[in-house]
Amino acid sequence: MNRILVIAEHDQGHLKLATFAAAGFAQKVCAAAGGTFDFLLLGSGLAAAAEGLRRSGAAAVLVADSTELTQPLADRCAQVIADTVRARAATLVVAATSTFSKDILPRAAALLDAGMLSDVIDVRREGDDLTFRRVMFAGNVIATVQLDGPIKCVAVRSAAFAAPAATEALSPVEAVAVDAAALPKFAEFISRETKVSARPDATEARIIVSGGRALKNAADFERLVGGLADQLGAAVGSSRALVDSGITPNSLQIGQTGKVVAPDLYFALGISGAIQHMAGMKDTKVIAAINKDPDAPIFEIADYGLVADVYEAVPELMQKLKT
Amino acid sequence: MKILVPLKRVPDPDTKIRLKADGSGIETDGVKFAVNPFDSIALEEALRQREKTGAAEIVVVTIGGEECAEQLRTGLAMGADRAILVKTTANPDSLAVAKVLAAVCRKEQPAFVIMGKQAIDDDSNQAGQMLAALLGLGQITFVSKLELTDGNRRARCSRETDAGIENLTISLPAVLTADLRLNEPRYVSLPGIMKAKKKPLEELTPESLGVSAASRTRVLKLERPAGRKAGVRVKTVDELIAKLRHEAKVL
Repeated sequence: MNRILVIAEHDQGHLKLATFAAAGFAQKVCAAAGGTFDFLLLGSGLAAAAEGLRRSGAAAVLVADSTELTQPLADRCAQVIADTVRARAATLVVAATSTFSKDILPRAAALLDAGMLSDVIDVRREGDDLTFRRVMFAGNVIATVQLDGPIKCVAVRSAAFAAPAATEALSPVEAVAVDAAALPKFAEFISRETKVSARPDATEARIIVSGGRALKNAADFERLVGGLADQLGAAVGSSRALVDSGITPNSLQIGQTGKVVAPDLYFALGISGAIQHMAGMKDTKVIAAINKDPDAPIFEIADYGLVADVYEAVPELMQKLKT
Repeated sequence: MKILVPLKRVPDPDTKIRLKADGSGIETDGVKFAVNPFDSIALEEALRQREKTGAAEIVVVTIGGEECAEQLRTGLAMGADRAILVKTTANPDSLAVAKVLAAVCRKEQPAFVIMGKQAIDDDSNQAGQMLAALLGLGQITFVSKLELTDGNRRARCSRETDAGIENLTISLPAVLTADLRLNEPRYVSLPGIMKAKKKPLEELTPESLGVSAASRTRVLKLERPAGRKAGVRVKTVDELIAKLRHEAKVL
């Protein structure tokens, strides 16, 4: 029997949709091999977020509420996760892949002497064991792996798992006692430089408009990539080249080392298609690419390719989509 | 001040990865290997901190077979002072790597450890965080800016997160992991390569450090993902819109 702990992710109390994909993974494990799952929510002022987790089939919504957890610092969060895993005798700890889970889950795993798998895209039962599939080598290799040991940690790709169907029954909410004085406090939070954006997050959007090297400056990026995105209610994304040259902020980077996305539609505007970029978006349902270079590698994976200068094609696209 | 920089030998990022016919691993014949690019960034940062603060000893360390000495020599050629090769034929997973590195840290007592946020082969992004946990130290992952403060007893870091840049301070010793935009690593110079040949390279084993390099992860099989097929070329914006609306039905 699996006892699964799903680490819920939120941004100042707003739940990340990827959390429900992690719950979907937990449900898949329970369906295949038996067991139950709990959510664990860490932070402060979490009543609304906890409420939002009650209709996903969890045995309980555990809430670790402490002002020491207001900022998601790895030293404190990993300790609370490890303590909760021990207290609940959890056998499997799950989170959706994000910079939050990448920071805290490996630390919690090591505190528990547990092995961990990143970027898991599938799970099935094999005898008494679970077999996982995960992505490596910038998306070019899929590994089939098992984890030894009494506790296993996995970070799952949210695009690979469907959220649980909403239940009538409400999961009970239980407080987790946090000994704030005993938490490690190596790091101190100073500030966060977040650009307030009305646009959806790329990991949660149905359509992403993404720009690459062809965009010459931030104003052009905003006008063409941002303009098309706003017209479609889409998120914006960017290749590494634009982040490196300071045209776009790092939070927009899609790729092996940035965000991994799988929307219904991905517009690749002036993106050549380095393997590192394609690792972050090739599970998209439909890729539409516009690039002036007919030999750009992006055309090898695009469903629809248009050889054109983005400076001409995108304004035309925006104009014609209005009708 | 001593700075420890773990380096991993990985296939060169521009290499096309081929799998062995039986799926037991990647084909290594004729493959060019390199220092994991994120580890090069970490080493570059250590070198720059030494240039800023005056005195520091920089120790590069790796875990693996004899062939990994090549990447340590690259690290020495970039400017590290000495190297440690923890020799093993095991293929350690992130937790095993962290256990071996923790043993090295207990022996070396560095002021801090800086390493790449992930290795571009298995893309796990775990070892640094696990190392910090095992040593009972703080960590800052995805560092894009580093400044030592309080007489090298603290560090102030910017880190790259999904939501944007986060600024933190941390007490040292700590484990820091480097992100892409921390710096641009220098090229290895010919005099650097000549000097590297004379720098000390110590060989240890997990056993001599009193740890095991055994993994909890068992890789059963490697395979290629189902590839995406190239679609169609459209000639005009009108045709693109028509396809997206009526064929793919995504607009």
